[in-house]
Amino acid sequence: MEKTNKGIVDKIWDFFASVKLAIIIFAVLSITSIIGTIIEQNAEPERNIRLLTKFFGPDIAPTAFRVFDSLGFMDMYHSWWFITILLLFAANLIICSIHRLPKILKLVREPVKPLSEDHFKGVGIKREVVLKGKPEKVKVTIELAIKKMLGLNPSEIKEEKGYQLFSQKGSFTRLGVYITHFSILIILLGAIIGIFFGFNGFLNLPEGEVSDVAFSRNGHERPLGFSIRCDDFNVDFYGNSDMPKEYSSVLTVIDNGQEVLRKMIEVNVPLKYKGITFYQSSYGIVPGSGDRGVFIFRITPSGGKTEEVRLKFGETFKIPNTDITGKIEDFSPAIAFDQTTGRPFTYAEQMSNPAVYISFSEKGKQKYSGWILKRYPGTWNLPDGHIVEFVDLWGIQYTGLQVRRDPGVWIVYLGCIVMAIGLYIAFFMSHKRLWVRLIEEKNSTRVIIGATANKNRQAYERRIENMLDFIVKAHEGGH
Amino acid sequence: MDSSTFFGISTLAYFLAMIMYITYLAFRKAQIGSVATTITIIGFVSQTLAIILRWKEFYDIGQMGILRAAPFTNLYESLAFFIWCLILGYLIIEYRYKNRSFGAFITPIAGLALAFIDLTGMSKEIQPLVPALQSNWLLAHVVMSFISYSTFALAFGTAVMYLIIRSDKRTEPSYIFWTVMVGIFVVILVAMGLDYLKYRVFIQRPEVLIKSYLFKTTFKNESGIISILSWIVSLSFIFFLWRYGYIFKKVLNSFSISPDTLDEITYKSIAIGFPVFTLGGLIFGAIWADQAWGVYWSWDPKETWSLITWFVYAFYLHARLLRGWKGKKIAVVAVVGFVTVVFTYLGVNLLLSGLHSYGALE
Ligand code: HEM
Repeated sequence: MEKTNKGIVDKIWDFFASVKLAIIIFAVLSITSIIGTIIEQNAEPERNIRLLTKFFGPDIAPTAFRVFDSLGFMDMYHSWWFITILLLFAANLIICSIHRLPKILKLVREPVKPLSEDHFKGVGIKREVVLKGKPEKVKVTIELAIKKMLGLNPSEIKEEKGYQLFSQKGSFTRLGVYITHFSILIILLGAIIGIFFGFNGFLNLPEGEVSDVAFSRNGHERPLGFSIRCDDFNVDFYGNSDMPKEYSSVLTVIDNGQEVLRKMIEVNVPLKYKGITFYQSSYGIVPGSGDRGVFIFRITPSGGKTEEVRLKFGETFKIPNTDITGKIEDFSPAIAFDQTTGRPFTYAEQMSNPAVYISFSEKGKQKYSGWILKRYPGTWNLPDGHIVEFVDLWGIQYTGLQVRRDPGVWIVYLGCIVMAIGLYIAFFMSHKRLWVRLIEEKNSTRVIIGATANKNRQAYERRIENMLDFIVKAHEGGH
Repeated sequence: MDSSTFFGISTLAYFLAMIMYITYLAFRKAQIGSVATTITIIGFVSQTLAIILRWKEFYDIGQMGILRAAPFTNLYESLAFFIWCLILGYLIIEYRYKNRSFGAFITPIAGLALAFIDLTGMSKEIQPLVPALQSNWLLAHVVMSFISYSTFALAFGTAVMYLIIRSDKRTEPSYIFWTVMVGIFVVILVAMGLDYLKYRVFIQRPEVLIKSYLFKTTFKNESGIISILSWIVSLSFIFFLWRYGYIFKKVLNSFSISPDTLDEITYKSIAIGFPVFTLGGLIFGAIWADQAWGVYWSWDPKETWSLITWFVYAFYLHARLLRGWKGKKIAVVAVVGFVTVVFTYLGVNLLLSGLHSYGALE
């Protein structure tokens, strides 16, 4: 009974310890991932039905859609079978590593030993040279060369007809591959923690409003545990274009009724509070919010002092020290003027080029009127030298925030660092060994060098070549 | 002198170098070889200067920081940078292996690509970056991606050469594979070249314009006849390549490059490219996405294709090292790897509508 059991366990173990499985998984992951990039993920059904129609024709497409949908292809990367492949991948990696690690660890710990004459024949790099003088003398030069040129610190033993020097470096680098593999597991762990304990949602918060929840992709409310208020939102453009250069929001965190944090966030500069991060991700105009807006002007009467006024649509303001009053009569979030007729029109549903139409009157008599554009200072100057700067229309835009809580992200980052280290060791460092035999001959010493490197052998061979040159020169020089 | 002068010089140099390399292959005179190398180096240095100058020009006119002005952010500039890496990689290989035969292949690619860029895309205008793209992580991501792409391109080149040398019969799968692959590559390149020559579009947002111009001269021509003709010409071209491809074998054999050297260069290039790609292409990309909008991985097509590329090269390394895949089999994997690279870079934008592309979240 026990025997067969063990047999099965062994079989399963072998299955998971094999690199063949790894190779199959690489292929399977690649191919299924390709499908996931063709079928649009998490899209409305119509989009993918249209796509499938291209491949299968209109008759089969709905059926094909149903089949693919039931197999989870519409949200493939989160489907049970894709996750299963990923888990297989992880199991493969873990068991394969456990399987091989003891052997590798032995190799790492093993001190380098002198090499027998037979084994000398089998090493990868071999050089021979005959130098004048006794082995004792030659040895000194060679030891110096090994230290200086290769950075190795050789041990030595006395042999029948001379000496053998031997040394190694970088045996730990054999672990680089395992560090790399381990890092993949760390990253997967971080990702899993993120999926189970994290939250990824959004919040469109109008200027001036407070919220204590965010929303998940499918619209569920999610309490934040504190409140957040958008104090201001602003977009900077490149020159006169509509290409946004930077957009930013001023956010205030309110916790237990106290304002605890106030920060300006930009696209690459988020705000973080109690494990929740708010990223600036989009913006827009709150529909139907026209009457909420507060117009902010900075008014400078000619020769006078600048004053700021705030007012709502339809309200009037006075230019200080004069009898002139202005009334906001029209507004456009994105004004443009028709090329031929010069008529104004609104070209976007964004605050791309906000403008107000103000009519000014003096003592009840109409004086002048016109458009004042926020982005064009030239329009701020009134005919008789007063300046009305259109600073902002506040309260009708919302800031689009991506809201995330991901306790796994630091584990993912850690995994990335470990992976970088592992890959560096695995690809750019090597385990180098060196043996040198000194054999006494008549009036001279035969020097036989043997060396191995598990990676990048040529480079090591070149360095040994250089060392040999050095030895020959140093030795001749010594005579 | 401004950057385009230097780009011009390097274009010229690469073409001259090509002629010298071919002459060298014909006469095998060491002096000619040295001249070819020298000219290539001149081209390289001048391209380096061009990139630096262009960087400075951007910085001077633009309203951005010095790193933000790095000229690698659009399709054309990154292509030029790719060429720069390719030439650098080639020069290293030439020095290491003391073999100039590849020069005859690499320099014309470089020359053509630069000429093509000069002719079409390199608008003098600065393209301001949308906020999401103003990130140093993105810069590191792009630079390192292209370094790894060029090592993968070198591996692709040597793997194809390997397949050419090692295939004997026209009916052999490996022979059919390389002729069809190279055929498709050439057809696509030529078709794209024709599009640019016809429309001369001064690109502002390559992705958009590519969508509405790509293959419009040929396969997607409004006239059905031209479209069918394009298909016929392309298919016949691939057929001819298949029919007469053995000629390349003769040419390559005369270079006295051993298949083992080719295989080794393929492996080494990938062994350098893989860690660079992992760090720059995947990790830095993920960090950038995390900083910019709070998701380090969202399975969008571009990310997914990078991951596929990564899997294919992991496949290559494991199959070769541990399963003992050798020869033509492993060379095919290297070729497939580069196909996924090209798809990641171009195909995702052209064929799949990704929210990633270069300017996500607008
Ligand atoms: C995408 C995931 C993986 C990556 C990035 C990766 C990376 C690597 C790298 C860079 C090497 C060194 C290759 C070389 O030196 O040329 C390697 C070797 C190896 N990999 Fe992986 N690997 C992955 C998945 C796996 C899996 C799933 C297995 C499971 C069996 C595995 C088993 C091995 C083994 C046994 C070695 C050789 C170790 C040795 O030389 O002692 N790898 N891997």
